[in-house]
Amino acid sequence: MPARPDPVPLPPVPPLALCAIGWLVPGAAHLWLGRREKGLIFLVVLVALFAAGLWLDGRIFPIEPREPLVALAALANIGMGVPYFVAWALGLGAGNVVAVSYEYANTYLIVAGLLNALVVLDAYDIAVGRKP
Amino acid sequence: MTSHFLLLVFFASCVATVMAVLQKDDRAGQIRLALYIAGGFVGAALLLGWVMFPLPL
Repeated sequence: MPARPDPVPLPPVPPLALCAIGWLVPGAAHLWLGRREKGLIFLVVLVALFAAGLWLDGRIFPIEPREPLVALAALANIGMGVPYFVAWALGLGAGNVVAVSYEYANTYLIVAGLLNALVVLDAYDIAVGRKP
Repeated sequence: MTSHFLLLVFFASCVATVMAVLQKDDRAGQIRLALYIAGGFVGAALLLGWVMFPLPL
Protein backbone atom coordinates (compact mmCIF):
# COMPACT_ATOMS: atom_id res chain seq x y z
CA MET A 1 0.00 0.00 0.00
CA PRO A 2 1.59 3.32 -0.99
CA ALA A 3 2.32 5.81 1.77
CA ARG A 4 0.14 8.88 1.92
CA PRO A 5 1.85 11.80 0.24
CA ASP A 6 3.03 14.62 2.44
CA PRO A 7 0.82 17.69 2.37
CA VAL A 8 1.96 20.33 -0.09
CA PRO A 9 4.08 22.78 1.93
CA LEU A 10 2.82 26.32 1.97
CA PRO A 11 5.26 29.13 1.21
CA PRO A 12 6.97 30.57 4.31
CA VAL A 13 5.63 33.87 5.60
CA PRO A 14 7.14 36.29 8.12
CA PRO A 15 6.28 35.34 11.72
CA LEU A 16 4.17 38.45 12.29
CA ALA A 17 2.15 37.77 9.14
CA LEU A 18 1.66 34.24 10.42
CA CYS A 19 0.36 35.69 13.69
CA ALA A 20 -2.14 37.79 11.74
CA ILE A 21 -3.32 34.69 9.87
CA GLY A 22 -3.66 32.78 13.13
CA TRP A 23 -5.56 35.62 14.76
CA LEU A 24 -8.01 35.96 11.88
CA VAL A 25 -8.76 32.24 11.62
CA PRO A 26 -8.13 30.21 14.79
CA GLY A 27 -5.71 27.37 14.07
CA ALA A 28 -4.80 28.68 10.60
CA ALA A 29 -1.22 29.49 11.62
CA HIS A 30 -0.63 25.90 12.69
CA LEU A 31 -2.21 24.66 9.47
CA TRP A 32 0.10 26.97 7.52
CA LEU A 33 3.09 25.54 9.40
CA GLY A 34 2.03 22.02 8.45
CA ARG A 35 0.70 21.12 11.92
CA ARG A 36 -2.54 19.94 10.39
CA GLU A 37 -3.91 18.00 13.36
CA LYS A 38 -3.25 20.74 15.90
CA GLY A 39 -4.63 23.40 13.59
CA LEU A 40 -7.85 21.52 13.00
CA ILE A 41 -8.32 20.87 16.72
CA PHE A 42 -7.83 24.57 17.51
CA LEU A 43 -10.19 25.59 14.72
CA VAL A 44 -12.98 23.24 15.78
CA VAL A 45 -12.72 23.72 19.55
CA LEU A 46 -12.31 27.50 19.59
CA VAL A 47 -15.05 28.15 17.05
CA ALA A 48 -17.34 25.73 18.95
CA LEU A 49 -16.63 27.54 22.23
CA PHE A 50 -17.29 30.93 20.63
CA ALA A 51 -20.46 29.71 18.88
CA ALA A 52 -21.73 28.19 22.13
CA GLY A 53 -21.19 31.53 23.82
CA LEU A 54 -23.35 33.24 21.21
CA TRP A 55 -26.00 30.51 21.34
CA LEU A 56 -26.24 30.77 25.14
CA ASP A 57 -27.10 34.48 25.00
CA GLY A 58 -23.63 35.84 25.67
CA ARG A 59 -22.65 39.41 24.97
CA ILE A 60 -19.98 40.66 22.63
CA PHE A 61 -18.69 43.60 24.60
CA PRO A 62 -18.25 47.03 23.00
CA ILE A 63 -14.94 48.86 23.18
CA GLU A 64 -15.74 51.24 26.02
CA PRO A 65 -12.64 53.13 27.23
CA ARG A 66 -14.54 54.67 30.17
CA GLU A 67 -15.17 51.18 31.57
CA PRO A 68 -11.82 49.38 31.67
CA LEU A 69 -13.19 45.92 32.45
CA VAL A 70 -15.65 46.13 29.55
CA ALA A 71 -12.86 47.32 27.25
CA LEU A 72 -10.66 44.41 28.34
CA ALA A 73 -13.50 41.97 27.71
CA ALA A 74 -13.96 43.53 24.27
CA LEU A 75 -10.26 43.04 23.53
CA ALA A 76 -10.55 39.40 24.56
CA ASN A 77 -13.58 39.01 22.27
CA ILE A 78 -11.66 40.51 19.34
CA GLY A 79 -9.02 37.83 19.89
CA MET A 80 -11.27 35.43 17.97
CA GLY A 81 -10.68 37.23 14.66
CA VAL A 82 -13.06 36.50 11.79
CA PRO A 83 -15.74 34.72 13.88
CA TYR A 84 -15.92 37.85 16.04
CA PHE A 85 -16.37 40.14 13.03
CA VAL A 86 -18.95 37.80 11.47
CA ALA A 87 -20.94 37.73 14.71
CA TRP A 88 -20.70 41.51 14.99
CA ALA A 89 -21.80 42.00 11.37
CA LEU A 90 -24.77 39.67 11.86
CA GLY A 91 -25.84 41.48 15.01
CA LEU A 92 -25.24 38.45 17.22
CA GLY A 93 -23.93 38.70 20.74
CA ALA A 94 -26.41 41.27 22.01
CA GLY A 95 -26.54 39.38 25.29
CA ASN A 96 -29.56 38.55 27.41
CA VAL A 97 -28.74 39.52 30.95
CA VAL A 98 -31.66 37.59 32.45
CA ALA A 99 -30.73 34.32 30.74
CA VAL A 100 -29.54 31.61 33.13
CA SER A 101 -26.50 31.00 30.94
CA TYR A 102 -25.54 34.66 30.46
CA GLU A 103 -22.43 34.67 32.65
CA TYR A 104 -21.27 31.29 31.36
CA ALA A 105 -21.73 32.48 27.79
CA ASN A 106 -19.72 35.64 28.42
CA THR A 107 -16.96 33.49 29.87
CA TYR A 108 -17.06 31.26 26.78
CA LEU A 109 -16.74 34.27 24.46
CA ILE A 110 -13.92 35.87 26.42
CA VAL A 111 -11.94 32.68 26.99
CA ALA A 112 -12.23 31.66 23.32
CA GLY A 113 -10.50 34.90 22.33
CA LEU A 114 -7.83 34.56 25.00
CA LEU A 115 -7.11 30.94 24.07
CA ASN A 116 -6.73 32.00 20.45
CA ALA A 117 -4.13 34.53 21.58
CA LEU A 118 -2.23 31.66 23.25
CA VAL A 119 -2.51 29.61 20.07
CA VAL A 120 -1.10 32.50 18.04
CA LEU A 121 1.83 32.86 20.44
CA ASP A 122 2.50 29.13 20.13
CA ALA A 123 2.56 29.42 16.34
CA TYR A 124 4.95 32.37 16.62
CA ASP A 125 7.30 30.32 18.80
CA ILE A 126 7.26 27.52 16.23
CA ALA A 127 7.84 29.95 13.36
CA VAL A 128 10.90 31.55 14.95
CA GLY A 129 12.33 28.20 16.01
CA ARG A 130 11.85 28.51 19.77
CA LYS A 131 9.66 25.43 19.81
CA PRO A 132 10.09 22.24 17.78
CA MET B 1 -29.19 24.48 28.03
CA THR B 2 -29.61 25.46 31.66
CA SER B 3 -27.60 22.80 33.49
CA HIS B 4 -24.74 24.58 35.18
CA PHE B 5 -22.88 21.30 35.50
CA LEU B 6 -23.06 20.57 31.76
CA LEU B 7 -22.01 24.14 30.96
CA LEU B 8 -19.05 23.65 33.29
CA VAL B 9 -18.11 20.31 31.73
CA PHE B 10 -18.28 21.76 28.20
CA PHE B 11 -16.10 24.72 29.18
CA ALA B 12 -13.59 22.50 31.00
CA SER B 13 -13.41 20.12 28.03
CA CYS B 14 -12.74 22.89 25.51
CA VAL B 15 -10.10 24.64 27.61
CA ALA B 16 -8.43 21.37 28.56
CA THR B 17 -8.28 20.25 24.93
CA VAL B 18 -6.64 23.46 23.73
CA MET B 19 -4.16 23.57 26.62
CA ALA B 20 -3.19 19.92 26.20
CA VAL B 21 -2.68 20.24 22.44
CA LEU B 22 -0.56 23.34 23.03
CA GLN B 23 1.60 21.65 25.66
CA LYS B 24 2.08 18.13 24.31
CA ASP B 25 2.97 16.76 20.90
CA ASP B 26 2.16 13.07 21.35
CA ARG B 27 -1.41 11.82 21.30
CA ALA B 28 -1.21 9.87 24.58
CA GLY B 29 0.32 12.82 26.40
CA GLN B 30 -2.34 15.16 25.05
CA ILE B 31 -5.16 12.88 26.19
CA ARG B 32 -3.62 12.41 29.64
CA LEU B 33 -3.08 16.13 30.17
CA ALA B 34 -6.55 17.04 28.83
CA LEU B 35 -8.19 14.60 31.24
CA TYR B 36 -6.06 15.92 34.09
CA ILE B 37 -6.96 19.57 33.38
CA ALA B 38 -10.65 18.90 32.76
CA GLY B 39 -10.83 16.75 35.90
CA GLY B 40 -9.15 19.52 37.85
CA PHE B 41 -11.67 22.07 36.64
CA VAL B 42 -14.71 19.93 37.43
CA GLY B 43 -13.32 18.58 40.68
CA ALA B 44 -12.35 22.02 41.95
CA ALA B 45 -15.77 23.43 41.05
CA LEU B 46 -17.58 20.61 42.87
CA LEU B 47 -15.32 20.93 45.91
CA LEU B 48 -15.73 24.70 46.10
CA GLY B 49 -19.47 24.30 45.62
CA TRP B 50 -19.69 22.02 48.65
CA VAL B 51 -17.38 24.22 50.71
CA MET B 52 -19.55 27.26 49.97
CA PHE B 53 -22.83 25.38 50.48
CA PRO B 54 -23.28 26.36 54.17
CA LEU B 55 -22.40 30.00 53.55
CA PRO B 56 -25.37 32.35 53.75
CA LEU B 57 -25.09 33.92 50.29
